[in-house]
Amino acid sequence: MTDYFALYNLPHAFQIDESLLKQRYQQLQKLTHPDRFASASEQEKRLYMQKNAQVNDAYYVLKTPVKRGEHLLALRQFPLPDEQATMGDTEFLMQQMELREALADADNQQQLEAFIKSVESLDEDLTQQIEQALSAQDHASNEAAASALTKLKFLNKLAAEADNKLQQVS
Amino acid sequence: MAYSNKVIDHYENPRNVGAFEKDDPTVATGMVGAPACGDVMRLQLKINDDGIIEDAKFKTYGCGSAIASSSLVTEWVKGKTIDQATEIKNTDIAQELALPPVKIHCSILAEDAIKAAVADYKSRRQQ
Repeated sequence: MTDYFALYNLPHAFQIDESLLKQRYQQLQKLTHPDRFASASEQEKRLYMQKNAQVNDAYYVLKTPVKRGEHLLALRQFPLPDEQATMGDTEFLMQQMELREALADADNQQQLEAFIKSVESLDEDLTQQIEQALSAQDHASNEAAASALTKLKFLNKLAAEADNKLQQVS
Repeated sequence: MAYSNKVIDHYENPRNVGAFEKDDPTVATGMVGAPACGDVMRLQLKINDDGIIEDAKFKTYGCGSAIASSSLVTEWVKGKTIDQATEIKNTDIAQELALPPVKIHCSILAEDAIKAAVADYKSRRQQ
Protein backbone atom coordinates (compact mmCIF):
# COMPACT_ATOMS: atom_id res chain seq x y z
CA MET A 1 0.00 0.00 0.00
CA THR A 2 1.35 3.40 -0.96
CA ASP A 3 1.87 5.76 1.93
CA TYR A 4 0.17 8.94 0.73
CA PHE A 5 1.51 10.99 3.63
CA ALA A 6 5.04 10.01 2.62
CA LEU A 7 4.28 10.71 -1.05
CA TYR A 8 3.26 14.23 -0.04
CA ASN A 9 6.04 14.51 2.51
CA LEU A 10 3.55 15.27 5.26
CA PRO A 11 3.57 14.01 8.86
CA HIS A 12 1.51 10.91 9.66
CA ALA A 13 -1.21 12.78 11.49
CA PHE A 14 -4.92 13.38 11.12
CA GLN A 15 -4.39 17.11 11.47
CA ILE A 16 -3.26 18.45 8.17
CA ASP A 17 -1.92 21.75 6.89
CA GLU A 18 -4.34 22.31 4.05
CA SER A 19 -2.39 25.03 2.31
CA LEU A 20 0.75 22.92 2.41
CA LEU A 21 -1.19 19.96 1.07
CA LYS A 22 -2.45 22.04 -1.82
CA GLN A 23 1.00 23.42 -2.52
CA ARG A 24 2.52 19.92 -2.60
CA TYR A 25 -0.30 18.76 -4.82
CA GLN A 26 0.47 21.45 -7.35
CA GLN A 27 4.17 20.60 -7.28
CA LEU A 28 3.56 16.88 -7.70
CA GLN A 29 0.98 17.52 -10.39
CA LYS A 30 3.50 19.51 -12.38
CA LEU A 31 6.25 16.93 -11.89
CA THR A 32 4.11 14.09 -13.14
CA HIS A 33 1.88 15.81 -15.67
CA PRO A 34 1.64 13.73 -18.86
CA ASP A 35 2.24 16.81 -21.04
CA ARG A 36 5.81 16.95 -19.78
CA PHE A 37 6.60 13.61 -21.32
CA ALA A 38 5.41 14.08 -24.85
CA SER A 39 8.76 12.91 -26.19
CA ALA A 40 9.27 10.05 -23.73
CA SER A 41 8.90 6.39 -24.68
CA GLU A 42 5.49 4.74 -24.43
CA GLN A 43 6.64 2.80 -21.39
CA GLU A 44 7.80 5.91 -19.60
CA LYS A 45 4.59 7.71 -20.48
CA ARG A 46 2.58 4.92 -18.96
CA LEU A 47 4.67 5.06 -15.84
CA TYR A 48 4.16 8.79 -15.43
CA MET A 49 0.49 8.44 -16.12
CA GLN A 50 0.25 5.98 -13.25
CA LYS A 51 2.26 8.24 -11.02
CA ASN A 52 0.04 11.18 -11.95
CA ALA A 53 -3.09 9.17 -11.14
CA GLN A 54 -1.58 8.24 -7.81
CA VAL A 55 -0.85 11.88 -7.00
CA ASN A 56 -4.51 12.68 -7.69
CA ASP A 57 -5.81 9.75 -5.63
CA ALA A 58 -3.55 10.74 -2.77
CA TYR A 59 -4.76 14.33 -2.88
CA TYR A 60 -8.38 13.21 -2.68
CA VAL A 61 -7.64 10.88 0.24
CA LEU A 62 -5.55 13.41 2.16
CA LYS A 63 -7.99 16.28 1.80
CA THR A 64 -11.07 14.22 2.75
CA PRO A 65 -11.15 13.77 6.54
CA VAL A 66 -12.87 10.35 6.57
CA LYS A 67 -10.54 8.99 3.88
CA ARG A 68 -7.48 10.52 5.52
CA GLY A 69 -8.32 8.95 8.88
CA GLU A 70 -8.98 5.57 7.30
CA HIS A 71 -5.74 5.75 5.35
CA LEU A 72 -3.84 6.45 8.54
CA LEU A 73 -5.47 3.43 10.21
CA ALA A 74 -4.79 1.26 7.17
CA LEU A 75 -1.12 2.25 7.27
CA ARG A 76 -1.09 1.08 10.89
CA GLN A 77 -2.52 -2.22 9.63
CA PHE A 78 -5.62 -1.61 11.69
CA PRO A 79 -8.49 -3.62 10.17
CA LEU A 80 -11.13 -1.11 9.08
CA PRO A 81 -14.75 -2.04 9.72
CA ASP A 82 -16.59 -3.31 6.65
CA GLU A 83 -18.35 -0.37 4.97
CA GLN A 84 -21.38 -2.52 4.35
CA ALA A 85 -21.60 -3.66 7.95
CA THR A 86 -24.53 -2.28 9.90
CA MET A 87 -23.75 0.07 12.75
CA GLY A 88 -25.85 -0.30 15.87
CA ASP A 89 -24.86 2.50 18.22
CA THR A 90 -28.41 3.24 19.35
CA GLU A 91 -27.70 6.50 21.10
CA PHE A 92 -25.86 7.92 18.13
CA LEU A 93 -28.46 6.69 15.66
CA MET A 94 -31.30 8.17 17.73
CA GLN A 95 -29.53 11.51 17.54
CA GLN A 96 -29.11 11.08 13.79
CA MET A 97 -32.79 10.28 13.44
CA GLU A 98 -33.70 13.43 15.38
CA LEU A 99 -31.39 15.49 13.20
CA ARG A 100 -32.94 14.02 10.05
CA GLU A 101 -36.38 14.90 11.37
CA ALA A 102 -35.23 18.43 12.18
CA LEU A 103 -33.83 18.76 8.67
CA ALA A 104 -37.11 17.55 7.19
CA ASP A 105 -38.92 20.24 9.19
CA ALA A 106 -36.53 23.04 8.27
CA ASP A 107 -37.91 24.67 5.16
CA ASN A 108 -36.55 28.17 4.97
CA GLN A 109 -33.08 29.55 4.49
CA GLN A 110 -32.71 30.78 8.04
CA GLN A 111 -33.68 27.46 9.62
CA LEU A 112 -31.48 25.53 7.24
CA GLU A 113 -28.48 27.76 7.90
CA ALA A 114 -28.95 27.30 11.65
CA PHE A 115 -29.26 23.57 11.11
CA ILE A 116 -26.06 23.44 9.08
CA LYS A 117 -24.28 25.37 11.84
CA SER A 118 -25.35 22.80 14.42
CA VAL A 119 -24.15 19.95 12.19
CA GLU A 120 -20.83 21.76 11.75
CA SER A 121 -20.35 21.97 15.47
CA LEU A 122 -21.03 18.22 15.81
CA ASP A 123 -18.52 17.70 13.02
CA GLU A 124 -15.93 19.72 14.94
CA ASP A 125 -16.50 17.65 18.08
CA LEU A 126 -16.05 14.42 16.16
CA THR A 127 -13.00 15.73 14.34
CA GLN A 128 -11.45 16.59 17.67
CA GLN A 129 -12.17 13.08 18.97
CA ILE A 130 -10.58 11.57 15.87
CA GLU A 131 -7.53 13.82 16.13
CA GLN A 132 -7.04 12.86 19.74
CA ALA A 133 -7.56 9.13 19.14
CA LEU A 134 -5.23 9.05 16.15
CA SER A 135 -2.47 10.92 17.95
CA ALA A 136 -2.06 7.75 20.05
CA GLN A 137 -1.02 4.45 18.53
CA ASP A 138 -2.53 1.81 20.80
CA HIS A 139 -5.27 -0.55 19.71
CA ALA A 140 -7.99 0.99 21.86
CA SER A 141 -7.27 4.44 20.43
CA ASN A 142 -7.33 3.09 16.88
CA GLU A 143 -10.66 1.47 17.64
CA ALA A 144 -12.03 4.70 19.03
CA ALA A 145 -10.83 6.51 15.91
CA ALA A 146 -12.47 3.96 13.61
CA SER A 147 -15.76 4.29 15.45
CA ALA A 148 -15.65 8.09 15.32
CA LEU A 149 -14.82 7.95 11.59
CA THR A 150 -17.92 5.82 11.02
CA LYS A 151 -19.99 8.45 12.81
CA LEU A 152 -18.41 11.15 10.68
CA LYS A 153 -19.73 9.37 7.57
CA PHE A 154 -23.30 9.76 8.80
CA LEU A 155 -22.66 13.39 9.63
CA ASN A 156 -21.17 14.04 6.19
CA LYS A 157 -24.23 12.57 4.55
CA LEU A 158 -26.47 14.72 6.72
CA ALA A 159 -24.45 17.84 5.87
CA ALA A 160 -24.65 17.05 2.15
CA GLU A 161 -28.43 16.70 2.32
CA ALA A 162 -28.74 19.92 4.29
CA ASP A 163 -26.61 21.74 1.71
CA ASN A 164 -28.76 20.35 -1.09
CA LYS A 165 -31.91 21.50 0.59
CA LEU A 166 -30.45 24.94 1.22
CA GLN A 167 -29.59 25.27 -2.46
CA GLN A 168 -33.13 24.40 -3.37
CA VAL A 169 -34.69 27.09 -1.18
CA SER A 170 -32.19 29.89 -1.72
CA MET B 1 -30.68 2.47 -12.05
CA ALA B 2 -34.24 1.29 -12.39
CA TYR B 3 -36.22 0.34 -9.32
CA SER B 4 -38.52 -2.65 -9.46
CA ASN B 5 -42.28 -2.03 -9.36
CA LYS B 6 -42.44 -3.43 -5.85
CA VAL B 7 -39.78 -1.02 -4.62
CA ILE B 8 -41.59 1.89 -6.24
CA ASP B 9 -44.87 0.77 -4.70
CA HIS B 10 -43.39 0.63 -1.19
CA TYR B 11 -41.53 3.87 -1.75
CA GLU B 12 -44.61 5.76 -2.93
CA ASN B 13 -47.00 4.12 -0.48
CA PRO B 14 -44.86 3.13 2.48
CA ARG B 15 -46.71 0.89 4.94
CA ASN B 16 -46.70 1.57 8.65
CA VAL B 17 -44.58 4.71 8.74
CA GLY B 18 -44.27 6.37 12.11
CA ALA B 19 -43.57 5.64 15.73
CA PHE B 20 -45.26 4.15 18.75
CA GLU B 21 -45.40 5.77 22.15
CA LYS B 22 -41.77 5.74 23.28
CA ASP B 23 -42.50 4.68 26.85
CA ASP B 24 -44.92 1.88 25.94
CA PRO B 25 -43.44 -1.21 27.64
CA THR B 26 -44.75 -3.51 24.89
CA VAL B 27 -42.76 -1.64 22.23
CA ALA B 28 -39.29 -2.77 21.20
CA THR B 29 -37.10 -0.51 19.08
CA GLY B 30 -34.31 -1.42 16.69
CA MET B 31 -32.02 1.33 15.44
CA VAL B 32 -29.55 0.57 12.68
CA GLY B 33 -27.45 2.57 10.25
CA ALA B 34 -25.44 1.95 7.10
CA PRO B 35 -22.16 3.89 7.15
CA ALA B 36 -21.57 3.50 3.40
CA CYS B 37 -24.64 5.52 2.46
CA GLY B 38 -25.55 7.20 5.75
CA ASP B 39 -28.96 5.54 5.90
CA VAL B 40 -30.70 5.46 9.26
CA MET B 41 -33.51 3.03 10.02
CA ARG B 42 -35.79 2.68 13.02
CA LEU B 43 -38.03 -0.36 13.36
CA GLN B 44 -40.51 -0.63 16.20
CA LEU B 45 -42.40 -3.79 17.13
CA LYS B 46 -45.43 -3.94 19.38
CA ILE B 47 -45.21 -7.31 21.07
CA ASN B 48 -47.98 -8.88 23.17
CA ASP B 49 -47.60 -11.10 26.25
CA ASP B 50 -47.45 -14.23 24.10
CA GLY B 51 -44.43 -12.90 22.24
CA ILE B 52 -46.42 -12.23 19.09
CA ILE B 53 -45.80 -9.10 17.06
CA GLU B 54 -49.12 -7.31 16.88
CA ASP B 55 -48.02 -4.23 15.03
CA ALA B 56 -44.92 -2.66 13.52
CA LYS B 57 -43.84 0.80 12.49
CA PHE B 58 -40.76 2.15 10.80
CA LYS B 59 -38.99 5.33 9.89
CA THR B 60 -36.15 5.28 7.42
CA TYR B 61 -33.97 8.02 6.05
CA GLY B 62 -32.29 6.59 3.01
CA CYS B 63 -32.72 5.53 -0.58
CA GLY B 64 -35.82 3.98 -2.12
CA SER B 65 -34.54 0.45 -1.56
CA ALA B 66 -33.91 1.06 2.13
CA ILE B 67 -37.37 2.53 2.58
CA ALA B 68 -38.98 -0.32 0.64
CA SER B 69 -37.03 -2.96 2.59
CA SER B 70 -38.15 -1.60 5.94
CA SER B 71 -41.72 -1.02 4.75
CA LEU B 72 -41.92 -4.63 3.56
CA VAL B 73 -40.51 -5.90 6.83
CA THR B 74 -43.26 -4.18 8.85
CA GLU B 75 -45.81 -6.10 6.80
CA TRP B 76 -43.99 -9.40 7.11
CA VAL B 77 -43.41 -9.37 10.88
CA LYS B 78 -47.02 -8.73 11.84
CA GLY B 79 -48.59 -11.84 13.38
CA LYS B 80 -45.24 -13.57 13.73
CA THR B 81 -43.60 -14.62 16.98
CA ILE B 82 -40.32 -12.87 17.70
CA ASP B 83 -38.44 -16.07 16.85
CA GLN B 84 -40.20 -16.34 13.50
CA ALA B 85 -39.43 -12.69 12.83
CA THR B 86 -35.72 -13.21 13.35
CA GLU B 87 -35.85 -15.96 10.73
CA ILE B 88 -36.58 -13.38 8.03
CA LYS B 89 -33.46 -13.27 5.89
CA ASN B 90 -32.17 -10.38 3.87
CA THR B 91 -32.18 -12.66 0.83
CA ASP B 92 -35.97 -13.05 1.18
CA ILE B 93 -36.35 -9.27 1.25
CA ALA B 94 -33.99 -8.75 -1.67
CA GLN B 95 -35.78 -11.40 -3.71
CA GLU B 96 -39.26 -10.07 -2.99
CA LEU B 97 -38.21 -6.53 -3.98
CA ALA B 98 -35.95 -7.67 -6.84
CA LEU B 99 -33.09 -5.59 -5.45
CA PRO B 100 -30.01 -5.28 -7.66
CA PRO B 101 -26.66 -6.39 -6.15
CA VAL B 102 -25.63 -2.82 -5.23
CA LYS B 103 -28.75 -2.50 -3.06
CA ILE B 104 -28.44 -5.78 -1.20
CA HIS B 105 -27.06 -3.90 1.80
CA CYS B 106 -30.46 -2.20 2.18
CA SER B 107 -32.07 -5.58 2.77
CA ILE B 108 -29.29 -6.48 5.22
CA LEU B 109 -30.05 -3.28 7.09
CA ALA B 110 -33.73 -4.26 7.36
CA GLU B 111 -32.83 -7.75 8.60
CA ASP B 112 -30.47 -6.23 11.17
CA ALA B 113 -33.23 -3.84 12.27
CA ILE B 114 -35.46 -6.82 13.15
CA LYS B 115 -32.60 -8.40 15.10
CA ALA B 116 -31.87 -5.12 16.90
CA ALA B 117 -35.55 -4.72 17.87
CA VAL B 118 -35.75 -8.29 19.15
CA ALA B 119 -32.52 -7.79 21.12
CA ASP B 120 -34.06 -4.66 22.63
CA TYR B 121 -37.21 -6.66 23.53
CA LYS B 122 -35.17 -9.37 25.21
CA SER B 123 -33.00 -6.96 27.17
CA ARG B 124 -36.13 -5.15 28.40
CA ARG B 125 -37.69 -8.42 29.55
CA GLN B 126 -34.61 -9.27 31.57
CA GLN B 127 -34.79 -6.06 33.54
